[in-house]
Amino acid sequence: MSAAPPGRMEVEQELEDVRQGLWLDAWRRLRANRATVVSLGVLGVVILLVLFGPWLSRYSVAFTDWDHISMAPSLASGHWFGTDYVGRDLFVRTLAGGRISLAIGIAATGVSLLVGISYGAMAGFMGGRIDNIMMRVVDILYALPFMFFVILLMVVFGRNIILVFVAIGAVNWLDMARIVRGQTLSLKQREFIEAARASGVSSITIVRRHIIPNLLGVVVIYVTLTIPQVILVESFLGFLGLGVQEPNASWGALINDGAQEMETAPWMLIFPALFLGLTLFCFNFIGDGLRDALDPKDL
Amino acid sequence: MWIYALKRLIGAVPTLLILLSLAFFLVRAAPGGPFDTDRALPPEIEANLRAKYHLDEPLWQQYFRYLWEVAHGDLGPSFQYRDYTVNELIASGFPISLRLGALAMLVAFVFGTVAGMLAALYRNGWVDYTVMSLAMTGISVPNFVVAPLLVLIFAINLHWLPAGGYGGGAWQNLILPVIALALPHVAYISRLMRGSMIEVLNSPYIRTARAKGLPRRVILLRHAFLPAIVPIVSYLGPAFAAIITGSVVIEQIFGIPGIGRYFVQGAINRDYTLVLGVVVFYGILVIIMNLVVDLMYAWMDPRVRL
Repeated sequence: MSAAPPGRMEVEQELEDVRQGLWLDAWRRLRANRATVVSLGVLGVVILLVLFGPWLSRYSVAFTDWDHISMAPSLASGHWFGTDYVGRDLFVRTLAGGRISLAIGIAATGVSLLVGISYGAMAGFMGGRIDNIMMRVVDILYALPFMFFVILLMVVFGRNIILVFVAIGAVNWLDMARIVRGQTLSLKQREFIEAARASGVSSITIVRRHIIPNLLGVVVIYVTLTIPQVILVESFLGFLGLGVQEPNASWGALINDGAQEMETAPWMLIFPALFLGLTLFCFNFIGDGLRDALDPKDL
Repeated sequence: MWIYALKRLIGAVPTLLILLSLAFFLVRAAPGGPFDTDRALPPEIEANLRAKYHLDEPLWQQYFRYLWEVAHGDLGPSFQYRDYTVNELIASGFPISLRLGALAMLVAFVFGTVAGMLAALYRNGWVDYTVMSLAMTGISVPNFVVAPLLVLIFAINLHWLPAGGYGGGAWQNLILPVIALALPHVAYISRLMRGSMIEVLNSPYIRTARAKGLPRRVILLRHAFLPAIVPIVSYLGPAFAAIITGSVVIEQIFGIPGIGRYFVQGAINRDYTLVLGVVVFYGILVIIMNLVVDLMYAWMDPRVRL
């Protein structure tokens, strides 16, 4: 019996393999990178701890334990990371602070992603005069010292968690827009876009269905590098006392508290600093690894 | 070159205008006036105060007055430090901040390029891995974490250096703040330098130089170094802005009476005019610095002028 011609199912399977090819390849390269794999693991642990850790302790974020003020870490009292100068448990505060820092990091990155991708893809796709004007606007905004504006915003409108991440996200979209525009410009020349246009697909649909999915690789890299940046900015604000309101405290605010008490209670500085440093470290390593995996031209 | 410079100069004007407008209207949009105190002021006094600071004029008039004043280098009075103008506060703080920032920049440049060069030369060897993991640490650990840790180790535990204060600019007082401020940039620059150095070393003209039998030292310093630092020059603009921002925190931590300290105090006390003044001052500085860096870049690499 001669071999049957491939059925519909098999052809689709094959197509699926090709479609998955880039990501499979990338995943393979990523797994070969030991630093990235370790970082992924550590980050996973940090995220799990931050999400579920606060429930492990019998203390709450705002609870003040008057019997244990500025006490060193100990297992017996249940204050695993020690307490601060009013007796609040640092284990819970550090992990709850991590929730805030990570949430802001992700939310603000989301904002910058949304704005940056639509803006950049639009500019790159339209091209010509519109592209020129749109990118001039980005250039102009790029030259502004945004950190100061974020601080100014905080000063003027008070400490407000939503404002924090909107401000940060609104600042961070510029890079994204630039990267996406560049990619779009080169994608636009490709045959499949031409084919879509020839068959009468509208511009918005082309951008949404054909351009944006192809930008995903760059976007993923950028996201892993933006999240730590945002966390850093937020901690910076928290450190200056311009972050979220007490009794909540992000990592930056905790580090600020710790820095003021470090002669008598170094653990107040060390634990939040450790968590912040570790998280940023992991994100940066993962971003680097992803860049090598998805964009292997400089290997 | 001159046409390029002129273009860039004109390009900076809208940025400057947006900076001023944004800052001005943001502060004006702030809830609560600058004279809101716990005690209600008698209406006549408040009216007088408002008249004195021109707050009784229509907004657009205030806006143009403000632009006019900034154009003449006047950043207005401070609402908190009643006896000082913002100009005086900046004048007293800026030399200190400048000194700190310039030293940090120098340290970042020297150590960053040297470390990056070594990493590129001994690529994939232990030197490379050490430098690159240190660089990753430098990028990941923010300076407001590094600074207290440095104080904890070198001032509190080892007693080698003072924990804070400016001490009239004594070098002992400057070491820790400069290190804390420079560290992330040492890290960035060494990564950039490694990448560009590898690229340069792989280029044909270096191979030619090597084939000619030039000594390694000559190749590195005369042929490879300058092209390799071009990307770093373009990093100096953002680095300058970041060092200014960083100095806000560093001055706060080490108790150094620079502009950053006034800025934070102003932010906490809601001293709008002071905060606005510092934002405008630093904004203008950053824009000028970006312009200088762009020009330098164009001068070093003729390709960007096209």
